[in-house]
Amino acid sequence: MAENTKQAFLQYKSDQNVRWCPGCGDHAILNALQKTMAELEVPNEDLAVISGIGCSSRLPYYMNTYGFHTIHGRASAMASGVKVANPKLQVWQITGDGDALAIGGNHFIHAIRRNIDLNVILFNNQIYGLTKGQYSPTSKRGFISKTSPFGTIEYPFRPGELTIGARGYFFARTIDKEIKLSVQVMKAAAKHKGTSIVEVLQNCVIYNNNTHQEITDKKYKDDRTIVLEHGKPMIFGKERNKGLMLDGITLKVVTIGDNGITEKDILVHDAHCEDPTIHLKLADMEYPDFPVALGVIRDAAAPVYDECAQQQIEEIKEKSKIKSFHDLVTTGDVWEVK
Amino acid sequence: MAKRSKVIEREEVVVRFSGDSGDGMQLTGSLFSFSSAIYGNDISTFPDFPAEIRAPQGTIGGVSGFQVHFGHSEVYTPGDNADVLVAMNPAALKANLEWLKPGATIVIDVDSFDDKNLAKAGYKSNDPIEEDNLSGYNIIKAPITAMTKNSLKDMGLDNKTILRSKNMYALGLVFWLFNRPLENTEKILREKFSKNPEVAEANIKVLEAGYNYGVIIQAGTPSYHISPADIRKGTYRNLNGNKAIAWGFLLAAEKSGLELFLGSYPITPATEILQELSARKDLGVKVFQAEDEIAGISTAIGASFAGDLAITTTSGPGLALKGEALGLAVMAELPLVVVNVQRGGPSTGLPTKTEQSDLMQALYGRNGESPLVVMAASSPVNCFDYAFYAAKVAIEHMTPVILLSDGFLANGTQPWRIPEEGEFPEIKPPFVEKPAEEWNVYERDPEKLNRYWALPGNPGYQHRIGGLEKDFLTGAVSYDHHNHDKMVKMRKEKVDRIADFIPPLEILGDEDADLLIVGWGGTFGHLYTALEALHDEGKKVALAHFSYISPLPRNSYEVLKKYSKIVVCELNLGQFASYLRSQFPDVVLHQYDKVEGLPFTVAELKDHFNKLLEE
Repeated sequence: MAENTKQAFLQYKSDQNVRWCPGCGDHAILNALQKTMAELEVPNEDLAVISGIGCSSRLPYYMNTYGFHTIHGRASAMASGVKVANPKLQVWQITGDGDALAIGGNHFIHAIRRNIDLNVILFNNQIYGLTKGQYSPTSKRGFISKTSPFGTIEYPFRPGELTIGARGYFFARTIDKEIKLSVQVMKAAAKHKGTSIVEVLQNCVIYNNNTHQEITDKKYKDDRTIVLEHGKPMIFGKERNKGLMLDGITLKVVTIGDNGITEKDILVHDAHCEDPTIHLKLADMEYPDFPVALGVIRDAAAPVYDECAQQQIEEIKEKSKIKSFHDLVTTGDVWEVK
Repeated sequence: MAKRSKVIEREEVVVRFSGDSGDGMQLTGSLFSFSSAIYGNDISTFPDFPAEIRAPQGTIGGVSGFQVHFGHSEVYTPGDNADVLVAMNPAALKANLEWLKPGATIVIDVDSFDDKNLAKAGYKSNDPIEEDNLSGYNIIKAPITAMTKNSLKDMGLDNKTILRSKNMYALGLVFWLFNRPLENTEKILREKFSKNPEVAEANIKVLEAGYNYGVIIQAGTPSYHISPADIRKGTYRNLNGNKAIAWGFLLAAEKSGLELFLGSYPITPATEILQELSARKDLGVKVFQAEDEIAGISTAIGASFAGDLAITTTSGPGLALKGEALGLAVMAELPLVVVNVQRGGPSTGLPTKTEQSDLMQALYGRNGESPLVVMAASSPVNCFDYAFYAAKVAIEHMTPVILLSDGFLANGTQPWRIPEEGEFPEIKPPFVEKPAEEWNVYERDPEKLNRYWALPGNPGYQHRIGGLEKDFLTGAVSYDHHNHDKMVKMRKEKVDRIADFIPPLEILGDEDADLLIVGWGGTFGHLYTALEALHDEGKKVALAHFSYISPLPRNSYEVLKKYSKIVVCELNLGQFASYLRSQFPDVVLHQYDKVEGLPFTVAELKDHFNKLLEE
């Protein structure tokens, strides 16, 4: 790392000791976020990092920015208030699968629906860590945990599907230890106007170690994931010979060279397309049938709540005859008592 | 105008308009009160409507009422019982008999007293006057529906529009009863229906027809005259409690230089505050209609962190949902005002009715030791003052404040004197003034004990706060037991010290009274009117009415100790009495409690106080 970049990166660290478990995926996500801010060169004072409750939600304490560690599940609502009150701030919401998708599910979908300009980092480790090992709304069906000793009997949420179902316009996925990719998607999230959801496949080393191992392990990662890039064909694999094609209305994995398939037949990723149909299919891909999609899956433009709110106020202020409290109370049905 | 057969001179009169919930009784009542206020009477009004938007037509459950009390001297309540009842159908007559003064005038629309409607209202015969034994009342049987149709027959309007105007016929007739001119009402109707001048003219035509009907029947009907009241000089307008609260916050925003943010979820009877502020984008108000009550307060807390004057509005069930977030505001020591317009509870309870049963919830409804400020408005128009002062206390002391209103104050109207420049003080937010490197996040003002406010966007003041216990100086997370003890006490002391910044408790009535009446919040008008009535009878009574509940005014104990007989009156089972006992264990308190979803009546209070005085 060049000296000045390192300096810039350190500028976003607070004086607090980081207290996550050694080996926890959160350390890498924190690094990626600080690097993202350094690369974007956002002034520290213009950053607000808002979190709920859970291991991930301790993150604001480690950032030299304005930070608010709030209550369980409410980070989306708190962050919405911050952004609407002061749209000049760049607002980051730090949350986990329990915080955002269980207790905070309602606020999560409504923030997305409104399209408030929040950058949400969703740490998905498929477990409740801070309460020591209960299943979460993203735990796989059948998952064994302290509260599901015989396996869960419920299907998990898929964060990408939920985001798109709530009319989301930005969804990206990365892996905790892939810092370079994380910085890339976090930067895209910051640049996107509106609610950006970044799902980070995070490893809880204590209560759910290796939960994402079958796709994140170096040995198979290239074959079991696909890094999507806007405008580029959807090619993956160690040999770069596998790709995605449409088969009717579903996706299928093909091998370039087989059955006369060439690179030209492979789907080209269009993250900016407003229609989310393909984005949804990409976001829902699961191993072993498909590679898991990483990178920016969806990044489309739509009206942004906080901008519209400001704009509406400006327009009405311009039009209305009421310019002050005095104007308001003296307009309409008043009478004099002499 | 022909000479009136008989004009009764009265100090005060109570009129109740009553009909189906679709009959336009709320508008009729509002128009009548506005006209009385302009005439110079003091007024107090109270609407009474069902929770259902359109309950089954013609039934008692669907009766909607609007009561206006106006007088030659000051009036503090909408009145217990009516001198004049307008009953648009049999159900309206049946539902209101309990609330009539002996010999009252009753105007009925005879056209709606058909067999079907009589049966729906539970009458067994076709003669309700006989059945309810109303011979002692002055009954005006007006063919309101037929006459309305008749006066509009040439205007080419559809039947529905015609029938919707019949409330104006009743209003015109009542205007005649009180010798009131129609001009102001006609002007308002023209403004209200400016986009639909046909409807305006139809309404005016029916209004005049109703008035003329009075002129025709006057030979047999007495009318009333109520002279204007002696009211403080100024510019006035009618205001209900909900609108007053919204406007109090607007002034607070202006006086503090902060932008106003409201995060809220619709809930009866608080919704009107949300609606009123939603319309005030011209004054820069940021209104966020949240997905639920929790998001209402959470967005407000976020906005407060970012530097706005942040408020959230709700009613009892909503306050229950906001409890955890309120605790965060206590811990983070951020300014926040939560308005709770109380209604009948528990659970969904009686959404459109009034009660004071959320006091304990406001004081204690949170986990941990979480002291905050609790205030209560005591009249529809002083909701304005208390909203302003709730914001001032929240900002200047960096604390959440719960402002209690209730269904009675929220919907009741009174004339409000528009405050003059300088009547309300400036609000000074305690922004950090020290250079960033010398400042600590939780260092405090030595007098008020508030921490200082550092707003995001200011270079160098970046800091982190949250719901975990804080180090008493740096604000860093601290699990130290001594520090926790210190912080728990510090947060309480901060709230307690606010007692030095609020007005002392006043005693109204006789200093050396034989009975001290104690009340709080929305019951003031009834308690004070009862006190005046007893005073007129030569009894020695005093009233101590609390608007600051946490902390209590500094002289509270001193006041209570002066009296040997004290009765605490409230619309719950004695929550304020319990609270006072916990604060002043040696003070003996009687209780007068009512939990019917209705305000006190002056009559029942008088009876009870007289009994206590005789004991």
